Amino acid sequence: MSDMARVDNRKTNSTKPLLEVKNLQKYFPIRGGVFSRIVGNVKAVEDVSFSVAPGEVVGLVGESGSGKTTAGRSILRLIEPTAGEVLFEGVDVTKLSKNQMREYRKEMQIIFQDPFASLNPRMTVGDIIGEALTIHRLAKGREKEAKVADLLERTGLSASHMRRYPHEFSGGQRQRIGIARALAVDPKFIVADEPVSALDVSIQAQVVNLLQDLKEEFGLTLLFIAHDLAVVEYISDKVIVMYLGRIMEIAPAKELYANPIHPYTEALLSAVPIPDPTLKRERILLQGDIPSPINPPSGCVFRTRCPIAVKECADVVPPLEEVSPGHFKACIRR
Amino acid sequence: MAKSEKLLDVRGLKTYFDTDEGTVKAVDGVSFHIDKGETLAVVGESGSGKSVTSLSIMRLIPTPPGRIAGGEMLFNGQDLVKKTEREMRQIRGNDISMIFQEPMTSLNPVYTVGDQIAEAIVLHQGKSQKQAMKMAAEMLELVGIPEPAKRVRNYPHQMSGGMRQRVMIAMALSCGPQLLIADEPTTALDVTIQAQILELMKKLQNEIGMSILFITHDLGVVAEIADRVVVMYAGRAVEEGNVVPIFTKPKMPYTMGLLNSVPRVDKAAVHQERLEAIPGNVPNPLYLPEGCAFHPRCKFAVDQCKVAIPDLVDSGNGHMVRCIRWDEIQTKQAVVA
Repeated sequence: MSDMARVDNRKTNSTKPLLEVKNLQKYFPIRGGVFSRIVGNVKAVEDVSFSVAPGEVVGLVGESGSGKTTAGRSILRLIEPTAGEVLFEGVDVTKLSKNQMREYRKEMQIIFQDPFASLNPRMTVGDIIGEALTIHRLAKGREKEAKVADLLERTGLSASHMRRYPHEFSGGQRQRIGIARALAVDPKFIVADEPVSALDVSIQAQVVNLLQDLKEEFGLTLLFIAHDLAVVEYISDKVIVMYLGRIMEIAPAKELYANPIHPYTEALLSAVPIPDPTLKRERILLQGDIPSPINPPSGCVFRTRCPIAVKECADVVPPLEEVSPGHFKACIRR
Repeated sequence: MAKSEKLLDVRGLKTYFDTDEGTVKAVDGVSFHIDKGETLAVVGESGSGKSVTSLSIMRLIPTPPGRIAGGEMLFNGQDLVKKTEREMRQIRGNDISMIFQEPMTSLNPVYTVGDQIAEAIVLHQGKSQKQAMKMAAEMLELVGIPEPAKRVRNYPHQMSGGMRQRVMIAMALSCGPQLLIADEPTTALDVTIQAQILELMKKLQNEIGMSILFITHDLGVVAEIADRVVVMYAGRAVEEGNVVPIFTKPKMPYTMGLLNSVPRVDKAAVHQERLEAIPGNVPNPLYLPEGCAFHPRCKFAVDQCKVAIPDLVDSGNGHMVRCIRWDEIQTKQAVVA
């Protein structure tokens, strides 16, 4: 029964999301002058709202400067959001004190992009994975060791790796260690920030498959941040496309790739090279570069590079509208 | 094909690095050629030796620890291995030029981009500074930078990543080289910018008619830009051929594995549930497996594969493959299909 039942379950649960982000905003102040006054803001994330249902994998894609990483980190309060709400099981975590937040840290974990920089080189793998168990007083001694061994096995490593140091592992293996560390405290929600971007293609496929297996096994709820649209497609149930701090389009994964509505999504999809030299494609070539987030364009932020922009696009920020169930777009032209 | 058409002919190139732990054979007997006006892509994962190959051609291998331990590299019939440093300096920039992955670090931050492009023109073509600056502006226009007359006075930090890569291309092309070596030129760029740069390189090749050696790990980019492909693994070429047969009828199990492990956006509609990963890791170059370097990760491997390094053999129509079982595997695949 499981597969169908789970899908159904997810649908009925969709009224009760695990995570709900409402109007999230993050500005980084720019200071200047003799008195270090704030002279401007880098508007990294602007008015971002979405929800994640239990057991759902949501892909968050965008190019550099789109705000995807900042959004992910603001949700975990690794950086403090400027405004907006982040409801985790109905509780706004942005309002919690440091102590209260610690409880929630156990439920919300992160996997980082760089498997070389995110593991402490002076700690053994066992200590790295077991540290959170100690901090949250979940296990110690034998029990902790058994738990770490189990996590290593489940992520495709071996229990004997526990006493080794990160430098003894390859990039793909280190990423597995990073995943084991995130899973150690049995979190309900994981932000995976470009977890496969630094890996070779043959290894990247291994890690994507591992995440898919773990999703089934642990019923993981994931926010999968990536710039690679193809990788996101394989793992996500729903995909959010960001550009210059704002959401352009949200759609069920298959729907987004088969039927993109927003001109930015369209251009992004057509720009991805496909490993098939016999394929002839019409490419939408975007002109110019992504504008500065310090002074983003008025109205629709994409209008300066949009092939179908009109004068009205400069006037108002297009609201995110639902065009079909679960498919939202922010564009007045489509 | 007439022999005179070969612009560069690399034969049995060996580039070794002497380290405390032993000799790393980064490139171990690689042969390929590039015809005039052609784009050859060298594709491989990290540690395959693709970048060392390109640096060897430019004779930019730091010595020590590195050294070219064998082979020849005939450029217009002249062996680059035998050239003195002074002679190489004439060839670099003039006949062969190179662009790198990181447009941020390959430009000098304290000079304007115009000065940096003009430097090569003054050095190699003996133009005056004033003429060179004018030519620099023309080059910027050629690579699609708006307001070139103003932009020549910009410093690298005033430009975006895509712009900087355009500047690098302008610099590389300023002396009209016969061969452009592009080492992962779009890897650090966003996809929409990558599309612009690839489009630009194709356009310029048509206009100028140079040959391109394109080094990349991205099979999608290869499919888009290459005429011919060399697939490298652990310091050796394992498959070589025209771009279409390499992608549609790969013969080396490594190439097949690589193609299967790439997620593709265009397959979304049929949505294959899982990616086919290649098990294991890229081998440590200090301790390469006996026999075929790929055998520990190969699903077709038999005992025979562990005995000797297979030769690169012609499987027909110049499609080269380094696998003792390619014929058998091909028949098997055909039966399955």
